[in-house]
Amino acid sequence: MIKIRNLTRNFDQVVAVDDLSFEVREGEVLGFLGPNGAGKSTTMKIITGFLSPSAGSVAIDGYDIVSQPLRAKALIGYLPEGAPCYGDMTTLEFLRFIARIRGFRGAEAEQRIADVMRDVALESVALQTIETLSKGFKRRVGLAQAILHDPKVLILDEPTDGLDPNQKNQVRELIRNLAKDKIVVVSTHILEEVTAVCTRAIIIDEGRIVADGTPAELEARSRYHHAVDLRLAGELDLAAELNGVDDVAGVEQDRSDSASFTILSGGKPIFARISELAQQRQWPVDEFHVRRGQLEDVFRTVTAGAGGR
Amino acid sequence: MQYFSMQNLGIIFRRELKSYFATPLAYVFIVIFLIANGIFTFDLGGLYARGQADLMPFFSFHPWLYLFMVPAIAMALWADERKTGTIELLLTLPVKLSDAVFGKFLAAWTLTGIALLLTFPIWITVNYLGDPDNGVIVASYLGSWFMAGAYLAVGSCMSACTRNSVIAFIMTVSICFLFVIMGSPILLNAFPDWLPQAIVDTFAALGFLTHFDSIAKGVLDIRDLLYFSVFMAAWLLASGIVIEIKKAN
Repeated sequence: MIKIRNLTRNFDQVVAVDDLSFEVREGEVLGFLGPNGAGKSTTMKIITGFLSPSAGSVAIDGYDIVSQPLRAKALIGYLPEGAPCYGDMTTLEFLRFIARIRGFRGAEAEQRIADVMRDVALESVALQTIETLSKGFKRRVGLAQAILHDPKVLILDEPTDGLDPNQKNQVRELIRNLAKDKIVVVSTHILEEVTAVCTRAIIIDEGRIVADGTPAELEARSRYHHAVDLRLAGELDLAAELNGVDDVAGVEQDRSDSASFTILSGGKPIFARISELAQQRQWPVDEFHVRRGQLEDVFRTVTAGAGGR
Repeated sequence: MQYFSMQNLGIIFRRELKSYFATPLAYVFIVIFLIANGIFTFDLGGLYARGQADLMPFFSFHPWLYLFMVPAIAMALWADERKTGTIELLLTLPVKLSDAVFGKFLAAWTLTGIALLLTFPIWITVNYLGDPDNGVIVASYLGSWFMAGAYLAVGSCMSACTRNSVIAFIMTVSICFLFVIMGSPILLNAFPDWLPQAIVDTFAALGFLTHFDSIAKGVLDIRDLLYFSVFMAAWLLASGIVIEIKKAN
Protein backbone atom coordinates (compact mmCIF):
# COMPACT_ATOMS: atom_id res chain seq x y z
CA MET A 1 0.00 0.00 0.00
CA ILE A 2 1.13 3.54 -0.70
CA LYS A 3 0.38 5.95 2.12
CA ILE A 4 0.82 9.62 1.45
CA ARG A 5 0.42 11.97 4.37
CA ASN A 6 0.30 15.75 4.16
CA LEU A 7 2.82 15.80 1.36
CA THR A 8 4.13 19.26 0.53
CA ARG A 9 6.88 20.38 -1.79
CA ASN A 10 8.02 23.92 -2.39
CA PHE A 11 10.29 25.16 -5.17
CA ASP A 12 11.66 28.48 -4.00
CA GLN A 13 8.46 30.47 -3.50
CA VAL A 14 6.17 28.21 -5.50
CA VAL A 15 4.14 25.48 -3.82
CA ALA A 16 4.11 22.58 -6.29
CA VAL A 17 2.47 20.03 -4.03
CA ASP A 18 0.24 21.34 -1.28
CA ASP A 19 -0.65 19.14 1.69
CA LEU A 20 -1.57 16.09 -0.37
CA SER A 21 -2.91 13.00 1.44
CA PHE A 22 -4.19 9.78 -0.08
CA GLU A 23 -3.73 6.03 -0.04
CA VAL A 24 -3.55 3.51 -2.85
CA ARG A 25 -4.25 -0.17 -2.23
CA GLU A 26 -3.30 -3.39 -3.98
CA GLY A 27 -5.29 -3.99 -7.13
CA GLU A 28 -5.99 -0.34 -7.72
CA VAL A 29 -5.00 1.39 -10.94
CA LEU A 30 -4.93 5.02 -10.04
CA GLY A 31 -5.14 7.60 -12.77
CA PHE A 32 -3.39 10.76 -11.75
CA LEU A 33 -4.84 13.70 -13.64
CA GLY A 34 -4.36 17.39 -13.74
CA PRO A 35 -3.47 20.30 -16.00
CA ASN A 36 0.18 20.87 -16.88
CA GLY A 37 2.04 22.18 -13.87
CA ALA A 38 -0.54 20.86 -11.41
CA GLY A 39 2.09 18.89 -9.50
CA LYS A 40 1.58 15.40 -10.99
CA SER A 41 5.19 14.77 -11.93
CA THR A 42 6.51 16.34 -8.74
CA THR A 43 4.30 14.06 -6.66
CA MET A 44 5.51 11.02 -8.60
CA LYS A 45 9.12 12.10 -8.21
CA ILE A 46 8.62 12.29 -4.46
CA ILE A 47 6.84 8.91 -4.26
CA THR A 48 9.73 7.27 -6.13
CA GLY A 49 12.34 8.92 -3.92
CA PHE A 50 13.92 11.17 -6.53
CA LEU A 51 12.89 14.39 -4.83
CA SER A 52 12.55 14.79 -1.11
CA PRO A 53 9.38 16.30 0.31
CA SER A 54 9.43 19.70 2.01
CA ALA A 55 6.96 18.30 4.52
CA GLY A 56 4.83 15.18 4.98
CA SER A 57 5.65 11.56 4.29
CA VAL A 58 5.37 8.76 1.74
CA ALA A 59 5.37 5.12 2.84
CA ILE A 60 5.57 2.18 0.43
CA ASP A 61 4.34 -0.96 2.21
CA GLY A 62 5.36 0.64 5.48
CA TYR A 63 8.83 1.69 4.33
CA ASP A 64 9.32 5.42 4.48
CA ILE A 65 10.83 6.73 1.26
CA VAL A 66 13.04 9.20 3.11
CA SER A 67 14.30 7.12 6.03
CA GLN A 68 14.40 3.70 4.30
CA PRO A 69 14.88 4.64 0.65
CA LEU A 70 16.57 1.45 -0.56
CA ARG A 71 13.87 -0.86 0.79
CA ALA A 72 11.11 1.36 -0.56
CA LYS A 73 12.77 1.80 -3.95
CA ALA A 74 13.23 -1.97 -4.27
CA LEU A 75 9.42 -2.30 -4.28
CA ILE A 76 8.88 0.32 -6.96
CA GLY A 77 9.10 0.20 -10.72
CA TYR A 78 9.21 3.67 -12.22
CA LEU A 79 8.87 5.01 -15.72
CA PRO A 80 9.97 8.66 -15.55
CA GLU A 81 8.46 11.23 -17.89
CA GLY A 82 9.92 10.84 -21.37
CA ALA A 83 11.24 7.35 -20.54
CA PRO A 84 14.94 8.26 -20.22
CA CYS A 85 17.37 5.40 -20.91
CA TYR A 86 21.13 5.21 -21.49
CA GLY A 87 21.21 5.80 -25.23
CA ASP A 88 24.65 4.35 -25.89
CA MET A 89 23.66 0.91 -24.60
CA THR A 90 21.80 -1.76 -26.53
CA THR A 91 18.38 -2.77 -25.24
CA LEU A 92 19.81 -6.03 -23.92
CA GLU A 93 22.80 -4.39 -22.21
CA PHE A 94 20.55 -1.82 -20.60
CA LEU A 95 18.12 -4.43 -19.27
CA ARG A 96 21.06 -6.50 -17.97
CA PHE A 97 22.32 -3.44 -16.13
CA ILE A 98 18.88 -2.91 -14.57
CA ALA A 99 18.58 -6.62 -13.69
CA ARG A 100 21.94 -6.58 -11.91
CA ILE A 101 21.11 -3.42 -9.99
CA ARG A 102 17.82 -5.04 -8.99
CA GLY A 103 19.78 -7.94 -7.53
CA PHE A 104 19.27 -10.64 -10.17
CA ARG A 105 22.15 -12.81 -11.34
CA GLY A 106 22.88 -15.44 -13.95
CA ALA A 107 20.05 -17.58 -15.33
CA GLU A 108 17.38 -15.82 -13.30
CA ALA A 109 18.42 -12.45 -14.70
CA GLU A 110 18.43 -13.77 -18.27
CA GLN A 111 15.01 -15.39 -17.77
CA ARG A 112 13.51 -12.16 -16.45
CA ILE A 113 15.00 -10.15 -19.29
CA ALA A 114 13.65 -12.64 -21.85
CA ASP A 115 10.19 -12.55 -20.24
CA VAL A 116 9.98 -8.80 -20.09
CA MET A 117 11.24 -8.39 -23.66
CA ARG A 118 8.49 -10.73 -24.80
CA ASP A 119 5.86 -8.90 -22.73
CA VAL A 120 6.58 -5.54 -24.34
CA ALA A 121 7.71 -6.94 -27.72
CA LEU A 122 11.33 -5.82 -27.72
CA GLU A 123 12.99 -8.96 -29.06
CA SER A 124 13.49 -7.47 -32.51
CA VAL A 125 15.58 -4.58 -31.16
CA ALA A 126 17.50 -6.43 -28.45
CA LEU A 127 20.87 -5.73 -30.04
CA GLN A 128 20.19 -2.20 -31.25
CA THR A 129 21.50 0.80 -29.33
CA ILE A 130 18.67 2.60 -27.62
CA GLU A 131 19.39 6.00 -29.18
CA THR A 132 18.67 4.55 -32.62
CA LEU A 133 15.21 3.29 -31.63
CA SER A 134 11.89 4.92 -32.49
CA LYS A 135 9.91 6.71 -29.83
CA GLY A 136 7.55 3.78 -29.35
CA PHE A 137 10.38 1.32 -28.82
CA LYS A 138 12.17 3.69 -26.44
CA ARG A 139 9.00 3.98 -24.38
CA ARG A 140 8.74 0.20 -24.28
CA VAL A 141 12.36 -0.11 -23.15
CA GLY A 142 11.46 2.28 -20.34
CA LEU A 143 8.44 0.14 -19.46
CA ALA A 144 10.54 -3.01 -19.58
CA GLN A 145 13.05 -1.68 -17.04
CA ALA A 146 10.16 -0.62 -14.80
CA ILE A 147 8.48 -4.05 -14.70
CA LEU A 148 11.59 -6.24 -14.87
CA HIS A 149 11.67 -7.02 -11.15
CA ASP A 150 7.91 -7.59 -11.01
CA PRO A 151 7.48 -4.64 -8.66
CA LYS A 152 4.65 -4.36 -6.21
CA VAL A 153 4.22 -0.70 -7.02
CA LEU A 154 4.34 0.62 -10.55
CA ILE A 155 4.58 4.36 -11.13
CA LEU A 156 4.19 5.44 -14.75
CA ASP A 157 4.55 9.08 -15.72
CA GLU A 158 2.68 9.60 -19.00
CA PRO A 159 3.37 6.10 -20.33
CA THR A 160 1.54 6.59 -23.63
CA ASP A 161 2.66 10.13 -24.41
CA GLY A 162 3.80 10.38 -28.02
CA LEU A 163 2.75 6.89 -29.05
CA ASP A 164 0.53 6.10 -32.01
CA PRO A 165 -2.97 4.69 -31.35
CA ASN A 166 -1.89 1.06 -31.77
CA GLN A 167 1.01 1.46 -29.42
CA LYS A 168 -1.22 3.24 -26.93
CA ASN A 169 -3.56 0.30 -26.97
CA GLN A 170 -0.71 -2.15 -26.40
CA VAL A 171 0.55 -0.18 -23.43
CA ARG A 172 -2.93 0.04 -21.92
CA GLU A 173 -3.41 -3.68 -22.40
CA LEU A 174 -0.10 -4.25 -20.66
CA ILE A 175 -1.07 -2.05 -17.73
CA ARG A 176 -4.38 -3.87 -17.36
CA ASN A 177 -2.58 -7.22 -17.32
CA LEU A 178 -0.03 -6.05 -14.81
CA ALA A 179 -2.53 -4.51 -12.49
CA LYS A 180 -3.98 -7.60 -10.87
CA ASP A 181 -2.22 -7.76 -7.53
CA LYS A 182 -0.24 -4.58 -7.81
CA ILE A 183 -0.56 -0.91 -7.24
CA VAL A 184 -0.35 1.08 -10.42
CA VAL A 185 -0.24 4.85 -10.52
CA VAL A 186 -0.49 6.34 -14.02
CA SER A 187 -0.28 10.02 -14.73
CA THR A 188 -1.82 11.16 -17.96
CA HIS A 189 -3.63 14.02 -19.53
CA ILE A 190 -5.48 11.76 -21.92
CA LEU A 191 -8.84 11.36 -20.25
CA GLU A 192 -10.05 8.41 -22.32
CA GLU A 193 -7.10 6.52 -20.90
CA VAL A 194 -8.49 6.86 -17.41
CA THR A 195 -11.80 5.38 -18.44
CA ALA A 196 -9.95 2.64 -20.32
CA VAL A 197 -7.53 1.41 -17.66
CA CYS A 198 -8.07 3.03 -14.27
CA THR A 199 -10.17 1.83 -11.35
CA ARG A 200 -9.80 5.17 -9.64
CA ALA A 201 -8.93 8.69 -10.64
CA ILE A 202 -7.53 11.59 -8.70
CA ILE A 203 -7.59 15.02 -10.27
CA ILE A 204 -5.13 17.50 -8.82
CA ASP A 205 -4.82 21.18 -9.47
CA GLU A 206 -2.28 23.58 -8.01
CA GLY A 207 -0.90 20.76 -5.90
CA ARG A 208 -4.21 19.84 -4.28
CA ILE A 209 -6.73 17.05 -4.80
CA VAL A 210 -9.86 18.46 -6.40
CA ALA A 211 -11.60 15.18 -7.21
CA ASP A 212 -11.14 11.56 -6.16
CA GLY A 213 -13.30 8.59 -7.17
CA THR A 214 -13.90 5.83 -9.69
CA PRO A 215 -14.11 7.07 -13.28
CA ALA A 216 -17.88 6.38 -13.20
CA GLU A 217 -18.29 8.42 -10.02
CA LEU A 218 -16.39 11.30 -11.53
CA GLU A 219 -18.41 11.13 -14.73
CA ALA A 220 -21.56 11.35 -12.63
CA ARG A 221 -20.36 14.71 -11.38
CA SER A 222 -20.58 16.09 -14.87
CA ARG A 223 -23.42 18.53 -15.46
CA TYR A 224 -24.14 16.58 -18.62
CA HIS A 225 -24.56 13.28 -16.79
CA HIS A 226 -27.92 11.74 -17.82
CA ALA A 227 -28.50 14.67 -20.13
CA VAL A 228 -30.54 14.09 -23.28
CA ASP A 229 -29.52 15.44 -26.67
CA LEU A 230 -32.18 16.03 -29.26
CA ARG A 231 -32.44 17.63 -32.63
CA LEU A 232 -35.70 19.14 -33.74
CA ALA A 233 -37.07 18.90 -37.25
CA GLY A 234 -39.42 21.85 -36.77
CA GLU A 235 -40.35 24.76 -34.53
CA LEU A 236 -40.90 24.07 -30.85
CA ASP A 237 -40.50 26.10 -27.68
CA LEU A 238 -38.64 23.43 -25.77
CA ALA A 239 -38.10 25.50 -22.64
CA ALA A 240 -41.83 26.10 -22.28
CA GLU A 241 -42.63 22.44 -22.99
CA LEU A 242 -40.26 21.30 -20.27
CA ASN A 243 -41.38 23.81 -17.70
CA GLY A 244 -42.32 22.00 -14.53
CA VAL A 245 -41.13 18.57 -15.61
CA ASP A 246 -39.52 16.70 -12.70
CA ASP A 247 -35.72 16.33 -12.59
CA VAL A 248 -35.09 18.56 -15.58
CA ALA A 249 -32.52 21.19 -14.67
CA GLY A 250 -32.60 23.21 -17.85
CA VAL A 251 -32.16 23.36 -21.60
CA GLU A 252 -29.14 24.44 -23.61
CA GLN A 253 -29.13 25.28 -27.27
CA ASP A 254 -26.19 24.12 -29.35
CA ARG A 255 -23.99 26.98 -30.41
CA SER A 256 -23.28 25.74 -33.89
CA ASP A 257 -26.63 24.11 -34.67
CA SER A 258 -29.72 26.06 -33.56
CA ALA A 259 -31.97 22.99 -34.00
CA SER A 260 -29.97 20.94 -31.47
CA PHE A 261 -30.66 21.09 -27.77
CA THR A 262 -29.36 19.45 -24.63
CA ILE A 263 -31.76 18.81 -21.78
CA LEU A 264 -29.88 18.79 -18.50
CA SER A 265 -30.82 16.38 -15.75
CA GLY A 266 -31.07 17.32 -12.09
CA GLY A 267 -29.18 14.13 -11.23
CA LYS A 268 -31.56 11.31 -12.14
CA PRO A 269 -32.11 9.56 -15.45
CA ILE A 270 -34.63 11.54 -17.48
CA PHE A 271 -34.48 9.79 -20.81
CA ALA A 272 -37.65 7.73 -20.29
CA ARG A 273 -39.70 10.71 -19.20
CA ILE A 274 -38.55 12.94 -22.04
CA SER A 275 -39.16 10.17 -24.53
CA GLU A 276 -42.68 9.71 -23.22
CA LEU A 277 -43.32 13.43 -23.35
CA ALA A 278 -42.08 13.69 -26.90
CA GLN A 279 -44.48 10.98 -28.04
CA GLN A 280 -47.46 12.34 -26.15
CA ARG A 281 -47.02 15.86 -27.42
CA GLN A 282 -45.81 14.86 -30.87
CA TRP A 283 -42.56 16.84 -30.82
CA PRO A 284 -40.93 17.08 -34.25
CA VAL A 285 -37.83 15.15 -33.19
CA ASP A 286 -35.09 14.23 -35.64
CA GLU A 287 -32.45 12.73 -33.36
CA PHE A 288 -32.70 11.69 -29.79
CA HIS A 289 -30.12 10.13 -27.49
CA VAL A 290 -28.92 10.05 -23.93
CA ARG A 291 -25.54 11.36 -22.97
CA ARG A 292 -23.06 10.00 -20.46
CA GLY A 293 -21.15 12.39 -18.30
CA GLN A 294 -17.75 13.09 -19.77
CA LEU A 295 -14.66 13.09 -17.60
CA GLU A 296 -13.56 16.03 -19.66
CA ASP A 297 -16.44 18.17 -18.37
CA VAL A 298 -15.60 17.28 -14.79
CA PHE A 299 -11.93 17.91 -15.42
CA ARG A 300 -12.68 21.35 -16.80
CA THR A 301 -15.06 22.21 -13.98
CA VAL A 302 -12.82 21.16 -11.10
CA THR A 303 -9.62 22.62 -12.51
CA ALA A 304 -11.15 25.91 -13.64
CA GLY A 305 -10.13 27.59 -10.39
CA ALA A 306 -6.81 28.85 -11.67
CA GLY A 307 -8.56 30.43 -14.64
CA GLY A 308 -7.22 30.98 -18.15
CA ARG A 309 -6.18 27.36 -18.63
CA MET B 1 19.49 -7.82 2.49
CA GLN B 2 19.51 -8.29 -1.22
CA TYR B 3 21.50 -5.19 -2.00
CA PHE B 4 25.14 -4.79 -1.10
CA SER B 5 26.50 -1.40 -1.67
CA MET B 6 29.86 -2.59 -3.03
CA GLN B 7 28.00 -4.63 -5.61
CA ASN B 8 26.00 -1.68 -6.84
CA LEU B 9 29.11 0.46 -6.98
CA GLY B 10 30.73 -2.21 -9.14
CA ILE B 11 27.71 -2.48 -11.43
CA ILE B 12 27.60 1.28 -12.00
CA PHE B 13 31.38 1.36 -12.46
CA ARG B 14 31.25 -1.30 -15.17
CA ARG B 15 28.34 0.34 -16.98
CA GLU B 16 30.13 3.69 -17.05
CA LEU B 17 33.44 2.27 -18.17
CA LYS B 18 31.75 0.30 -20.92
CA SER B 19 29.92 3.36 -22.13
CA TYR B 20 33.24 5.23 -22.56
CA PHE B 21 34.31 2.52 -24.95
CA ALA B 22 30.88 2.27 -26.63
CA THR B 23 31.42 5.79 -28.00
CA PRO B 24 34.57 7.16 -29.64
CA LEU B 25 35.29 9.19 -26.49
CA ALA B 26 37.68 6.73 -24.86
CA TYR B 27 39.63 6.12 -28.06
CA VAL B 28 39.89 9.79 -28.98
CA PHE B 29 41.00 10.60 -25.44
CA ILE B 30 43.65 7.90 -25.36
CA VAL B 31 45.05 8.69 -28.80
CA ILE B 32 45.31 12.43 -28.16
CA PHE B 33 46.73 11.78 -24.70
CA LEU B 34 49.45 9.59 -26.16
CA ILE B 35 50.32 11.99 -28.98
CA ALA B 36 50.46 14.95 -26.59
CA ASN B 37 52.64 13.00 -24.19
CA GLY B 38 54.99 12.13 -27.01
CA ILE B 39 55.33 15.73 -28.13
CA PHE B 40 55.79 17.03 -24.59
CA THR B 41 58.31 14.41 -23.61
CA PHE B 42 60.52 14.19 -26.68
CA ASP B 43 60.15 17.62 -28.29
CA LEU B 44 59.52 20.11 -25.52
CA GLY B 45 60.94 18.05 -22.70
CA GLY B 46 64.08 17.11 -24.59
CA LEU B 47 64.24 13.59 -23.24
CA TYR B 48 67.16 12.67 -25.50
CA ALA B 49 69.07 15.92 -25.07
CA ARG B 50 69.09 15.62 -21.30
CA GLY B 51 71.16 12.50 -21.55
CA GLN B 52 69.60 11.10 -18.40
CA ALA B 53 67.73 7.84 -18.14
CA ASP B 54 64.66 9.03 -16.25
CA LEU B 55 61.13 10.14 -17.07
CA MET B 56 61.15 13.55 -15.43
CA PRO B 57 60.36 15.46 -18.64
CA PHE B 58 57.46 13.07 -19.19
CA PHE B 59 55.90 13.53 -15.76
CA SER B 60 56.58 17.24 -15.27
CA PHE B 61 54.23 18.11 -18.14
CA HIS B 62 51.36 16.11 -16.70
CA PRO B 63 49.84 18.89 -14.54
CA TRP B 64 49.46 21.00 -17.69
CA LEU B 65 48.37 18.17 -19.93
CA TYR B 66 45.72 17.05 -17.44
CA LEU B 67 44.46 20.60 -17.19
CA PHE B 68 42.75 20.24 -20.58
CA MET B 69 42.47 16.51 -21.07
CA VAL B 70 40.94 15.35 -17.80
CA PRO B 71 38.07 17.88 -17.62
CA ALA B 72 37.02 16.62 -21.05
CA ILE B 73 36.26 13.22 -19.56
CA ALA B 74 34.71 14.58 -16.40
CA MET B 75 32.45 17.17 -17.97
CA ALA B 76 29.73 14.73 -18.98
CA LEU B 77 29.73 12.68 -15.76
CA TRP B 78 26.60 14.24 -14.31
CA ALA B 79 25.71 16.98 -16.79
CA ASP B 80 24.63 14.39 -19.37
CA GLU B 81 22.64 12.39 -16.83
CA ARG B 82 20.74 15.55 -16.04
CA LYS B 83 20.33 16.58 -19.67
CA THR B 84 18.93 13.23 -20.82
CA GLY B 85 16.92 12.67 -17.65
CA THR B 86 18.64 9.38 -16.84
CA ILE B 87 19.61 10.84 -13.46
CA GLU B 88 15.98 10.28 -12.47
CA LEU B 89 16.21 6.67 -13.55
CA LEU B 90 19.53 6.08 -11.81
CA LEU B 91 18.58 7.68 -8.51
CA THR B 92 15.21 5.94 -8.25
CA LEU B 93 16.89 2.55 -8.56
CA PRO B 94 17.76 1.02 -5.19
CA VAL B 95 21.27 2.46 -5.15
CA LYS B 96 22.88 4.89 -2.76
CA LEU B 97 23.90 8.25 -4.13
CA SER B 98 27.44 7.59 -2.87
CA ASP B 99 27.59 4.40 -4.99
CA ALA B 100 26.61 6.37 -8.05
CA VAL B 101 29.10 9.18 -7.37
CA PHE B 102 32.03 6.82 -6.64
CA GLY B 103 31.12 4.34 -9.35
CA LYS B 104 31.09 7.02 -12.02
CA PHE B 105 34.24 8.63 -10.69
CA LEU B 106 36.10 5.33 -10.55
CA ALA B 107 35.14 4.56 -14.14
CA ALA B 108 36.56 7.88 -15.34
CA TRP B 109 39.63 7.43 -13.14
CA THR B 110 40.18 3.98 -14.60
CA LEU B 111 40.04 5.44 -18.10
CA THR B 112 42.81 7.92 -17.23
CA GLY B 113 44.72 5.00 -15.68
CA ILE B 114 44.42 3.01 -18.91
CA ALA B 115 45.62 6.00 -20.94
CA LEU B 116 48.53 6.44 -18.55
CA LEU B 117 49.50 2.76 -18.78
CA LEU B 118 49.48 2.98 -22.57
CA THR B 119 52.37 5.43 -22.40
CA PHE B 120 54.57 2.40 -21.68
CA PRO B 121 56.56 2.80 -24.94
CA ILE B 122 58.18 5.86 -23.37
CA TRP B 123 59.15 3.73 -20.42
CA ILE B 124 60.55 1.08 -22.77
CA THR B 125 62.54 3.81 -24.55
CA VAL B 126 64.37 4.96 -21.43
CA ASN B 127 65.01 1.37 -20.43
CA TYR B 128 66.45 0.69 -23.88
CA LEU B 129 68.64 3.78 -23.82
CA GLY B 130 69.86 3.57 -20.27
CA ASP B 131 69.38 2.08 -16.87
CA PRO B 132 66.66 4.05 -15.04
CA ASP B 133 65.40 3.40 -11.53
CA ASN B 134 62.17 1.61 -12.38
CA GLY B 135 60.93 1.79 -8.79
CA VAL B 136 61.00 5.56 -9.07
CA ILE B 137 59.14 5.41 -12.37
CA VAL B 138 56.39 3.22 -10.93
CA ALA B 139 56.04 5.62 -8.00
CA SER B 140 55.81 8.57 -10.39
CA TYR B 141 53.16 6.81 -12.44
CA LEU B 142 51.14 6.21 -9.29
CA GLY B 143 51.54 9.83 -8.22
CA SER B 144 50.50 11.07 -11.64
CA TRP B 145 47.43 8.86 -11.60
CA PHE B 146 46.42 10.23 -8.20
CA MET B 147 46.81 13.76 -9.50
CA ALA B 148 44.56 12.89 -12.47
CA GLY B 149 42.00 11.70 -9.90
CA ALA B 150 42.13 15.10 -8.23
CA TYR B 151 41.31 16.83 -11.53
CA LEU B 152 38.49 14.35 -12.12
CA ALA B 153 36.97 14.92 -8.69
CA VAL B 154 36.79 18.66 -9.39
CA GLY B 155 35.26 17.79 -12.76
CA SER B 156 32.67 15.53 -11.15
CA CYS B 157 31.54 18.34 -8.88
CA MET B 158 31.41 20.93 -11.68
CA SER B 159 29.51 18.49 -13.88
CA ALA B 160 26.97 18.09 -11.10
CA CYS B 161 26.48 21.85 -11.01
CA THR B 162 25.13 22.22 -14.54
CA ARG B 163 23.33 20.36 -17.27
CA ASN B 164 25.62 21.98 -19.83
CA SER B 165 28.81 19.97 -20.16
CA VAL B 166 30.70 22.77 -21.91
CA ILE B 167 30.16 25.01 -18.89
CA ALA B 168 31.28 22.13 -16.68
CA PHE B 169 34.45 21.85 -18.77
CA ILE B 170 35.31 25.54 -18.51
CA MET B 171 34.61 25.64 -14.77
CA THR B 172 36.75 22.57 -14.18
CA VAL B 173 39.66 23.94 -16.19
CA SER B 174 39.47 27.24 -14.29
CA ILE B 175 39.39 25.69 -10.84
CA CYS B 176 42.11 23.18 -11.64
CA PHE B 177 44.23 25.95 -13.09
CA LEU B 178 43.93 27.77 -9.77
CA PHE B 179 45.11 24.71 -7.90
CA VAL B 180 47.97 24.17 -10.32
CA ILE B 181 49.36 27.68 -10.02
CA MET B 182 48.76 27.84 -6.25
CA GLY B 183 52.02 26.05 -5.66
CA SER B 184 53.94 27.63 -8.50
CA PRO B 185 56.37 30.54 -8.26
CA ILE B 186 54.18 32.54 -10.65
CA LEU B 187 51.64 33.07 -7.92
CA LEU B 188 53.84 32.77 -4.85
CA ASN B 189 56.14 35.57 -6.04
CA ALA B 190 53.14 37.80 -6.48
CA PHE B 191 52.40 37.77 -2.75
CA PRO B 192 53.47 40.94 -0.93
CA ASP B 193 56.54 40.61 1.28
CA TRP B 194 54.82 41.63 4.50
CA LEU B 195 52.53 38.55 4.38
CA PRO B 196 53.55 36.03 7.08
CA GLN B 197 55.47 33.11 5.64
CA ALA B 198 53.03 30.69 7.29
CA ILE B 199 50.17 31.92 5.13
CA VAL B 200 52.20 31.73 1.95
CA ASP B 201 53.31 28.21 2.89
CA THR B 202 49.77 27.05 3.65
CA PHE B 203 48.64 28.42 0.34
CA ALA B 204 51.46 26.73 -1.50
CA ALA B 205 50.76 23.48 0.32
CA LEU B 206 47.28 23.38 -1.21
CA GLY B 207 48.58 23.53 -4.78
CA PHE B 208 48.98 20.56 -7.09
CA LEU B 209 52.54 21.44 -8.12
CA THR B 210 53.89 21.46 -4.58
CA HIS B 211 52.84 17.86 -4.26
CA PHE B 212 53.52 16.72 -7.76
CA ASP B 213 56.99 18.19 -8.27
CA SER B 214 58.60 15.79 -5.86
CA ILE B 215 56.55 12.94 -7.36
CA ALA B 216 57.81 13.84 -10.84
CA LYS B 217 61.37 13.79 -9.50
CA GLY B 218 60.73 10.31 -8.18
CA VAL B 219 60.14 11.02 -4.51
CA LEU B 220 56.84 9.42 -3.60
CA ASP B 221 55.95 10.79 -0.19
CA ILE B 222 52.90 9.18 1.40
CA ARG B 223 51.78 12.68 2.45
CA ASP B 224 51.52 13.73 -1.19
CA LEU B 225 49.32 10.76 -1.98
CA LEU B 226 47.30 11.53 1.13
CA TYR B 227 46.87 15.11 -0.06
CA PHE B 228 45.46 13.96 -3.40
CA SER B 229 43.25 11.35 -1.69
CA VAL B 230 41.74 13.87 0.72
CA PHE B 231 41.35 16.33 -2.13
CA MET B 232 39.40 13.73 -4.16
CA ALA B 233 37.24 12.72 -1.21
CA ALA B 234 36.35 16.33 -0.49
CA TRP B 235 35.33 17.12 -4.08
CA LEU B 236 33.37 13.90 -4.41
CA LEU B 237 31.52 14.66 -1.21
CA ALA B 238 30.78 18.08 -2.66
CA SER B 239 29.52 16.38 -5.84
CA GLY B 240 27.04 14.35 -3.79
CA ILE B 241 25.80 17.42 -1.98
CA VAL B 242 25.42 19.41 -5.20
CA ILE B 243 23.51 16.57 -6.89
CA GLU B 244 21.18 16.34 -3.91
CA ILE B 245 20.53 20.09 -3.96
CA LYS B 246 20.21 20.48 -7.73
CA LYS B 247 17.91 17.50 -8.31
CA ALA B 248 14.85 19.69 -8.24
CA ASN B 249 15.83 21.82 -11.25
